[in-house]
Amino acid sequence: MANIIEGVKYTKEHEWVKIDGDIATTGITDYAQSELSDIVMVEPPGIGQKIKAGDAVGTIEAVKAVTDLYACLSGEVTEVNDAVVADPSIMNKDAYGEGWIYKVKIDAPKEIDNLLSPEQYKELIAKS
Amino acid sequence: MAKKTPFYDMHLKNNGKIVEFTGYLMPVQFEGIIPEHQVVRNSVGVFDVSHMGEVEIRGKDRIKFVNYITTNDVSKLALNQIQYSTMLYPDAGIVDDLLVYNLKDRMFLVVNAANTEKDYKWILDNKQFDVEISNLSDGIGQLAVQGPKAEAVGQKLFDFNLSELEYYWTTEVKIKDIPVILSRTGYTGEDGFEIYLDEKYAVRVWDMVFEAGKEFGIKPIGLGARDTLRFEMRYCLYGNDIDKTTNPLEAGLAWIVKFDKGDFIGKESLLKIKEEGLKRKLVGFEVVDKGIPRPHQEIHNEERKLGFVTSGTFSPSLKKGIGIGYVELPHNKVGTILKVIGKTPIDVKIIKGPFYKRGTHK
Repeated sequence: MANIIEGVKYTKEHEWVKIDGDIATTGITDYAQSELSDIVMVEPPGIGQKIKAGDAVGTIEAVKAVTDLYACLSGEVTEVNDAVVADPSIMNKDAYGEGWIYKVKIDAPKEIDNLLSPEQYKELIAKS
Repeated sequence: MAKKTPFYDMHLKNNGKIVEFTGYLMPVQFEGIIPEHQVVRNSVGVFDVSHMGEVEIRGKDRIKFVNYITTNDVSKLALNQIQYSTMLYPDAGIVDDLLVYNLKDRMFLVVNAANTEKDYKWILDNKQFDVEISNLSDGIGQLAVQGPKAEAVGQKLFDFNLSELEYYWTTEVKIKDIPVILSRTGYTGEDGFEIYLDEKYAVRVWDMVFEAGKEFGIKPIGLGARDTLRFEMRYCLYGNDIDKTTNPLEAGLAWIVKFDKGDFIGKESLLKIKEEGLKRKLVGFEVVDKGIPRPHQEIHNEERKLGFVTSGTFSPSLKKGIGIGYVELPHNKVGTILKVIGKTPIDVKIIKGPFYKRGTHK
């Protein structure tokens, strides 16, 4: 059973968002890393890039599968996790911790209401 | 309803991630594709390949018949020798690729799981001469023990000198009291062997293999790593790299087509194709910078489309993207740089031979 943690929000694209003031940190969920398995490459958006919620802003490649990385919230990318770019398998080992991918300065806080609670996300993956 | 192999409970016990594959519930991975891949390259791993099909041909004309339905020359086989071959449709499209075992009083055709029913029907439909044909697939379990330590594991199970069993040879032996067909074959590029046995002995033999392999860190391996291992050796996969729309000459399988052996299904069309000249060939390529080619993506040069990717993955041994695909002649030369059209185009370079060149298979 996939691990779903409290204290973060989720998206239906299987990403998580941790909100700290006006900064949101995001990564992929434990369910996503388990489905992808063996992640070998990640291309996050660039620092300074303006992203819009719902847009494809990067790519994650595993041995057998490839998936887009979607922006959870609109804003400007402030930080990228160079450690996961260098060793993407960190996402398989620690999806919610060391496996974070990038941080964004939130433009439209009301978008946060569109994100899923842990409970709602649990329901979503129960159906898939 | 998907079928279970006789090793299904072992996969659950080992926390295998189960998927339905060609009608069977099979483990796609246990610990992960990459760690399992490395176990086979560096030590020894065990694959459940019971989903593979086995068709038996008996009767006095079996050599004549198998020569008629396959492209390689089975009359060249010694007793207990094995041959890689293909079966063709009359238009030279590939029905399947297979192994032919020349056993005492019978031939044993090992075919792809997804094709077993189709192949069996094809063989029956083309039956000639004095032969009896049976599909034994359902009752047979099959394990592949693969890796540089496979011989050391096998030596603890069999009471004959395993080093005398050469690559692509087989023997009918016993593990304790259990009769098995043992062959020095595999789909990984490493040394190793495969065991065919009655499914009622399957779990006992699984346990014996794991007991014997304990000191080498033996592990169960899923279909995910089976694919990356075969791919690094550039072995064809039916359904990806070859199928009814491809012929063995363009797939680089001319070495298993013997035109001088007499008539066989597909021969006439294949000779015509050869005479007219091939239009495309299957090539292997590696990614120049970054990216991973994926099946069905188009292959282009600077001007236009030249072909498409048939298999593409990340190579755990080389740590980069590799691919196989059909490319129009004459753009198939080693060293040619082409583009695979994914979301962002990937530069790839055509290379010669297998991607992984340090395999231990003998």
